[in-house]
Amino acid sequence: MLSYFQRKKPQNFSWIPSNPVPHSHLDLAGKLLLQHEIPYSEKDLQMLLSERIITKTESMEQHLFQTCCRRCGNTQAHLFAELPHQTCGKTCVYCRNCIQMGRVLECEPLYIGSANVQWPVYEDPCAWKGTLTPGQQRAADDLTAQVQKGSGEHLVWAVCGAGKTEVLFPAITKALETGKRICLATPRTDVVRELQPRLQKAFPEVDTAALYGDSPDKNGRAPFVIATTHQLFRYAHAFDVLIIDEVDAFPFHNDPTLHFAAKRAAKPDAAIIYLTATPRKEQKRRLRQKSLPVTFIPRRFHGHPLPVPALKLTPMLHRSLNKGQLPAHLLRTIAAQQTTARQLLLFLPSIKKAEEIASFLKEAGYEVKSVHAEDDHRAEKIQSFRNKEYRILVTTTILERGVTFPSVDVYVIDAGHVVFDEAALVQIAGRAGRSADDPDGDVRFYHIGKTDEMLDAVEAVKKMNKLGQKL
Amino acid sequence: MNCYLCFSPIVPEVNWTNFLLPGIEKKICVTCEEGFERISDECCPMCSRPGKGRCGDCTRWEEMLPGVLDQNHSVLTYNAFAKDFVAKWKYRGDYAAVEALEAAMKEKWKLLNLEDYLAVCVPLSLERGKERGFNQSEALIRMVGKDPAHLFERIHGEKQSKRTRRARMEAENPFSLIKPTNQPVIIVDDIYTTGRTVRHMASLLKENGCPRVRSFTIFR
Repeated sequence: MLSYFQRKKPQNFSWIPSNPVPHSHLDLAGKLLLQHEIPYSEKDLQMLLSERIITKTESMEQHLFQTCCRRCGNTQAHLFAELPHQTCGKTCVYCRNCIQMGRVLECEPLYIGSANVQWPVYEDPCAWKGTLTPGQQRAADDLTAQVQKGSGEHLVWAVCGAGKTEVLFPAITKALETGKRICLATPRTDVVRELQPRLQKAFPEVDTAALYGDSPDKNGRAPFVIATTHQLFRYAHAFDVLIIDEVDAFPFHNDPTLHFAAKRAAKPDAAIIYLTATPRKEQKRRLRQKSLPVTFIPRRFHGHPLPVPALKLTPMLHRSLNKGQLPAHLLRTIAAQQTTARQLLLFLPSIKKAEEIASFLKEAGYEVKSVHAEDDHRAEKIQSFRNKEYRILVTTTILERGVTFPSVDVYVIDAGHVVFDEAALVQIAGRAGRSADDPDGDVRFYHIGKTDEMLDAVEAVKKMNKLGQKL
Repeated sequence: MNCYLCFSPIVPEVNWTNFLLPGIEKKICVTCEEGFERISDECCPMCSRPGKGRCGDCTRWEEMLPGVLDQNHSVLTYNAFAKDFVAKWKYRGDYAAVEALEAAMKEKWKLLNLEDYLAVCVPLSLERGKERGFNQSEALIRMVGKDPAHLFERIHGEKQSKRTRRARMEAENPFSLIKPTNQPVIIVDDIYTTGRTVRHMASLLKENGCPRVRSFTIFR
């Protein structure tokens, strides 16, 4: 009964014009904007409206019991509020969910830019000349076929360190050769910043745009857009190929409005590609139902298996942590670890704990730094750790994915904490043994009792290793 | 219930007081509440700036414009968390966010006993009003349960927050008084930074026969 009411309603995008008018304003292609975001004067706007290059639409949908914001798809009542609006003299509803990107008011329309633009056709745009492993090649072929075919979804389930970005290159090449528009969306700003120069290097001729919260470029007039998933709030039926990297990552996986935005940003006949190392329930369900085509890449690019996490029972762990310390035997393990060449990555459940343990280890005489989400010098600290300028990095789940250190051991302290779910633990374990020179690493979960999440994570790693052996 | 600021669900703590008596519904979660910092009693008697005795700013003001503004009352300090809040509320236009501060505001307002004062709002220029859609000062007055009195008009200019301290001090008075009053007045605004805005208004009021002018701001 409950599931009947909670089940997802199919999204209705009939308000987006179905046969867009061709035009040459690249900065309007497939955009969904508020009036003040339109980069044209009032007069030009009127002209564009009369030519139907831009169409107006109501910003809110009224349903029987709920309102729906057309920009972010929010339907939760507590995320709408009323405002005694001076301009129109009435009390207007606005959406609080997407207010970071400018206020959507009931009485102000949204403007949709026609997506019918001729994007340039590139000949042989890919400058990357590396070779793919057999596993990568298989996935790349599947993706290329999907891009060629259009309309449909495809999931690439690749282990951490499989070289997912390279897998995309043939598919991106194919799309650029046929004049399609591509968007590579990922939930995290850090990843966008890191990916854009890499992709620009691989496709030197191609115009790319990086879009994130405070990116210098806001226009995104390029045929190849690399953006955070939040930026998709500004697009409607814009992309022929939509690639979503790390579908299982926060905040994408648990924010229905981002799923809404992703769906709307893609054209109705677009190829949608998901990349992940740790699919969530929803994707796993669809895999079981066989409603989502999938390609596995169970082996890392260097061909070695993933390090399997070791579970270490530590009954007194919480007592020490509450004092801001680590148990004596753990300290001895760290001391022994520090005699090896590998650096050490320590994961703790909260920012406060991470800072406490970092200062505790510093007092014990180690070279330590801590990194977390509220740290302004995050990028520099990570870079200097990568350059081996210090030995131990204490961090929170912020570093669980997207970062590569050549040779580290990974210890998770208090792995039973709720923040360490299966996906997080698999990702954390995937930080070890990333390079071909040192393809192994010691992964330990210190806990006060095994949780299902920990067991599932170990199970998932073992399963992938088994699949990889068969290859 | 969800927090008005961070939208995370609020789990009410059960204790004997709210077990036996009807509880007061909280609008914001504990984390957000801790972000705001109340101004204690140890503050400048003129402008509520935290610290001992009259602050340097007020001494300078009294030399320049003696007796223009009688007193300023503020509720919270303008710390980093408050800055984020103001950015969201005023500049992004999240009108409802201010309800988060309702309890703190009302408490302070009651304490000051301002019943015979006329609550005057700071006007916005037409352009700014159109852009923002609401007047933040009016919203605050309505929240404490008074009717805002519109005594002023404003000429459109640059935002105060975009100006340097120097430029603010030298700026001309953007207000003009349209309805003089002989009642005591309290000017309600969101932030008291240099005190320039309220003094522009206060000087006009005093020149036109207003006996007492105080100001009430959320942040100092």
